[in-house]
Amino acid sequence: MSQEQAIAATAKSSGPIPSHMANEFLTFRLGGEEYGIEILKVQEIRGYDSITQIANAPEFIKGVVNLRGIIVPIIDMRIKFRLGTADYDQFTVVIILNVAGRVMGIVVDGVSDVLTLEAEQMRPTPEFGSVIDTEYIMGLGTVEERMLILIDIEKLMNSGDMGLIDQNIN
Amino acid sequence: MSTDLEQFYEIFFEESSELLADMETCLLRLDVNSPDLEDLNAIFRAAHSIKGGAGTFGFTDMTEMTHMLESLLDKLRKGELEVRSEMIDAFLKAGDVIKAQLAGHRGEGQADPTVAAAVCEELKRLSDETQAPAKELTNPATNAETVQVEAEVAEVEVSTIDDSSKLTYSIEFSGTGMSDATLENLFANLKQLGNLENLTSANVIDLCKLKLTTDKSEEDIWETLAFVVDPATLKIVVDTRNKNEAMAIEPEEKNSISTDAKSIIDEDEFSMTDMPPAPGYGFFPGAPAAPQDIDDAESSLNSPQQQSANNSKNEANATLNKSSSKANTGAAAPVSEASSIRVSIEKVDQMINLVGELVITQAMLAQTASQFDPVVFEKLHSGMNQLERNTRDLQESVMSIRMMPISFVFSRYPRVVRDLASKLNKRVELKTVGENTELDKGLIEKIADPLTHLVRNSLDHGIEVPEKRTAAGKPAQGTITLRAFHQGGSIVIEVSDDGAGLNRGKILSKARERGLPVHDGMTDQEVWLLIFEAGFSTADTVTDVSGRGVGMDVVKRNIQGMGGRIDIESAFGVGTRISIRLPLTLAILDGLSVAVGGQMFIVPLNYIIESLQPTAADIKTVSGHGRVVQVRGEYLPVIALHEIFNLRPNVTEVHEGILVILEAEGHKAALFVDDLVGQHQVVIKSLESNYRRVQGVSGATIMGDGKVALILDTAALVMTSQQEAV
Repeated sequence: MSQEQAIAATAKSSGPIPSHMANEFLTFRLGGEEYGIEILKVQEIRGYDSITQIANAPEFIKGVVNLRGIIVPIIDMRIKFRLGTADYDQFTVVIILNVAGRVMGIVVDGVSDVLTLEAEQMRPTPEFGSVIDTEYIMGLGTVEERMLILIDIEKLMNSGDMGLIDQNIN
Repeated sequence: MSTDLEQFYEIFFEESSELLADMETCLLRLDVNSPDLEDLNAIFRAAHSIKGGAGTFGFTDMTEMTHMLESLLDKLRKGELEVRSEMIDAFLKAGDVIKAQLAGHRGEGQADPTVAAAVCEELKRLSDETQAPAKELTNPATNAETVQVEAEVAEVEVSTIDDSSKLTYSIEFSGTGMSDATLENLFANLKQLGNLENLTSANVIDLCKLKLTTDKSEEDIWETLAFVVDPATLKIVVDTRNKNEAMAIEPEEKNSISTDAKSIIDEDEFSMTDMPPAPGYGFFPGAPAAPQDIDDAESSLNSPQQQSANNSKNEANATLNKSSSKANTGAAAPVSEASSIRVSIEKVDQMINLVGELVITQAMLAQTASQFDPVVFEKLHSGMNQLERNTRDLQESVMSIRMMPISFVFSRYPRVVRDLASKLNKRVELKTVGENTELDKGLIEKIADPLTHLVRNSLDHGIEVPEKRTAAGKPAQGTITLRAFHQGGSIVIEVSDDGAGLNRGKILSKARERGLPVHDGMTDQEVWLLIFEAGFSTADTVTDVSGRGVGMDVVKRNIQGMGGRIDIESAFGVGTRISIRLPLTLAILDGLSVAVGGQMFIVPLNYIIESLQPTAADIKTVSGHGRVVQVRGEYLPVIALHEIFNLRPNVTEVHEGILVILEAEGHKAALFVDDLVGQHQVVIKSLESNYRRVQGVSGATIMGDGKVALILDTAALVMTSQQEAV
């Protein structure tokens, strides 16, 4: 998993100290699109292996893994948002998130880098039909020629359509 | 209150709860016709210790209530009043009030002052009934003692005061090791008692000299000081140069006066109080160890107190903890101080978690090591074996920390039964068997409510009224038995009564009324289980005790939530026995791992009856698709695990795979799996902490190879198969 380690290393040696209002984002690819999530929500990045299926779970919930004694559910974002092809090899990457006191992993096509976005680099989300409900999109970021879709991962993971949390709790 | 005392609050709360529980036990044991003096004394000591603590922390409501308790108890103790059952009722009520007050101070809820006042009034009324003789004893309150402790390290001159007169005390103690803040707090507290003069020379911290003029008794001063000051250095002397001439009597003279008041402590008694150092900072030497030691004058409440000081520095750390344990044991065989420690439950849980991880790591290592040649790596293998043994032992002993005897739960039922029986005009005896059976603390807490329901039910529905019982040729007094014992990997708790038993016909007709699917051919076992249906009650009338049909379904749900099951045996007219079977602990489970389509599942071992490989002829289909298997003359539904979990199995024909026969809630079913893998002890992990509940799965665990395996919710699986079969 040399690639994975390299990514983890970049994630750690993240660029300059963020100035005011600036946010650091971990960017990843899903199909042809680039997404960004707040770096503070990311616990670690690891490879995809030894997953235990969960019965009758939606297709995008691949199952659970053992993360040092914690049972962590794994969601394949490629299946959930029908982007890219969902195949698994030694380069498949799982981002372990820590949102709302819960630990969960998401499978993505690949992790690119960690970017610091200034406030002026972030644009509000226009109304459009996206696979991800615009409710869960914080905004769009521009870095040179690239466009990042910034996801409010906490809101997304807690939403009912992810089926991660028993809705009757709420 | 000074911040220094706050750290003792928690100890006080816990101690008081324990003391209250002791008190209740003694009260319930008390035979009204021939009260045991020891029990009365024990109750008195408990009340007194609580009073002492409450006074120190300034919980005046508790002090008042315990004071009333003490007054009445004292009279009972001295035989001035006859013990009557209404008094015991009053005591129990007072105990409840104190409990509520305690909860109030803890910040949990609010005690109702009107109830407290009512109980106080009742206690007062009961105690006033023989006010006259009591007065005589409290009046000659001018006796005193000079008490010389053998070691002479500490010396306390004991004196009495007239209720109206003020007295000046010289107080001396060593302030070594005390912070300025502590001293200041102490002085502030003393000032509340009366007029305080500080005679300490500014630069001599070693010896603080104070002069206090107060109408409070020496006991109060002692209580204020004892938690802060090393009692070995504390010296409280009545300043006899005080203007109050009545007090300026030499100790010898005082002794002669006190003879009238029967308050001489003779040598023997004193050496008794001397033996356990500082007999309870309960400050009540009158709390007697032996019946003959009751000293009338000193134990009546407003009268003088004797103090004995303590000659051992080690014992001087006057924590409440110690004081009440002393008060409890009195002069009887001194209990070793170090017999138990209080540890927060989080620490224990953390330890259990870590040991769980250790067991997993050990299993992982063992699996790796097993691939090495046992001849070449002989040492590695013997080392692995030793590691396994040690981890097992460690795990067992860590798990045993959480174990508590079930008497913690059982002890509350005598009260429940007593109250309820008198309310229902029934005569009931409660027997408990196997109180020392240990189970997980978590289970102890959870089992209490369901068990209360069952006991109440037994009493209300089970036991008949005395007339009915005699007519049926049974003894007028009914018996409810609580029994606990270990069986295999589980603990069984039984609630049995010799009452009327369940009425099959009545249950069936009630069930039909409610539109439940019943028929006359149902087995007794099935019929009895109907009483666990929500809203089901066979009581003819609804009382405030039971009969609303709420409860049994909750009981069942709670027991199932704990991974347990509940069974009923009953014979009409003879009695009912309800047994609850629980796993010993919540955290670890004995399981059989089974493989289906490359996935591993854990089946809890306590549900498994047997596993077998059926022949093709044993498998029958019912109406084309449902399959049953014939096992020893019984037809059991086949649950194909791969169908439930949508897996692609390695074998699809039942006779090529393995059937695991499960039993849950009186139903049996055969689970069809590819293969049996092995038996494991697994640490239960919650799926819900990061995910959500999954149908058919009760949890997850981590296997030796680091993979996650799901633990099957066997009861739910069996129940689904039953529903499909119907």
